[in-house]
Amino acid sequence: MSTYSLLIILGSGIVTWLPRIIPFLLVRKLQLPDVVIRFLSYVPICILTALFVQNLFIVKQGEFPSFNLEYCIAAVPTIIVAILTRNLMWIVIAGMSCMALIRYFII
Amino acid sequence: MSLTFKDGARACVPTLLGYIGIGIAAGVVGKASNLSVLEVTLMSIIIYAGASQFIITGLMMVATPITAVIFTVFLVNSRHFLMSMATAPAFRRFSLINNIGIGSLLTDESFAVAMNAIANKAPITPPWMHGLNVTAYVAWILSCLVGALIGEWLPNPAQFGLDYALVAMFIGLLYLQLIGDKTKSIRNRIIAMLTVTVMLIFLLRFVSSEMAILFSTFAGCFMGIIVERKA
Repeated sequence: MSTYSLLIILGSGIVTWLPRIIPFLLVRKLQLPDVVIRFLSYVPICILTALFVQNLFIVKQGEFPSFNLEYCIAAVPTIIVAILTRNLMWIVIAGMSCMALIRYFII
Repeated sequence: MSLTFKDGARACVPTLLGYIGIGIAAGVVGKASNLSVLEVTLMSIIIYAGASQFIITGLMMVATPITAVIFTVFLVNSRHFLMSMATAPAFRRFSLINNIGIGSLLTDESFAVAMNAIANKAPITPPWMHGLNVTAYVAWILSCLVGALIGEWLPNPAQFGLDYALVAMFIGLLYLQLIGDKTKSIRNRIIAMLTVTVMLIFLLRFVSSEMAILFSTFAGCFMGIIVERKA
């Protein structure tokens, strides 16, 4: 295991642990400003959008990114399965199966 | 008769399939993204957060700087802070060590189960909460390990579309987040998502992927609170 991954795992572990336990230490009514709470509440949806969209592109420095076609095509049935099942396991299985089929038949 | 560790473990059972499914997926995805079985397992033991583990795997694949990964994880986990804030008052009168133990293993699901029990006026105790949390923790670690082992036995993961597991997981997590979060209007959520998308594509030309992800996320959050204020 590289130092890179070890440091990431340990560092991420600490920043995951602290927000979990600090409120238990400060139960005496610490109130975050409302605007901060609202800001933080957008974090999951925004970061997941960014990660998803970034995966649909092939990035080249100094150019606008171009579409990663096979990833874009596979996203369509994956989204449909997401809407139909609302179940992560099925969504992942559907996504991988579509990708495998696309690679086998098209590209 | 007060609620025991065993009662807590029993309360965890309905949520177990969720942990097992996502844990196996996290293990397979991690392995397909060139992490070792050891790295996947350590991640599940030390970090113990589904979405964060997927996001870390994604960021490590594009060789994101360590500080940027940790900062991103910190942002993603800000919701843990909110969940702990909501849970902590119920255990205020118990010892500090019990409280730290409960907080350390709190998840979306165990939070939901505990909140549900509190809403139903169940007299929950630290042992009950530990039973709920520890059962989920063990199930998670074992599932990630099994997933990583499954990933290792497959010779050419790309052929089976395994590299797409991560993207599919992001699609799934995003969709579940989208339908689960009732605190925002659909319009505000879509505006935030569009802001992220436009900013990201624009930024990808000028800065590295991971910086583009971080900055576009900030832009989306800011836009979210701006449109909330105007409404």
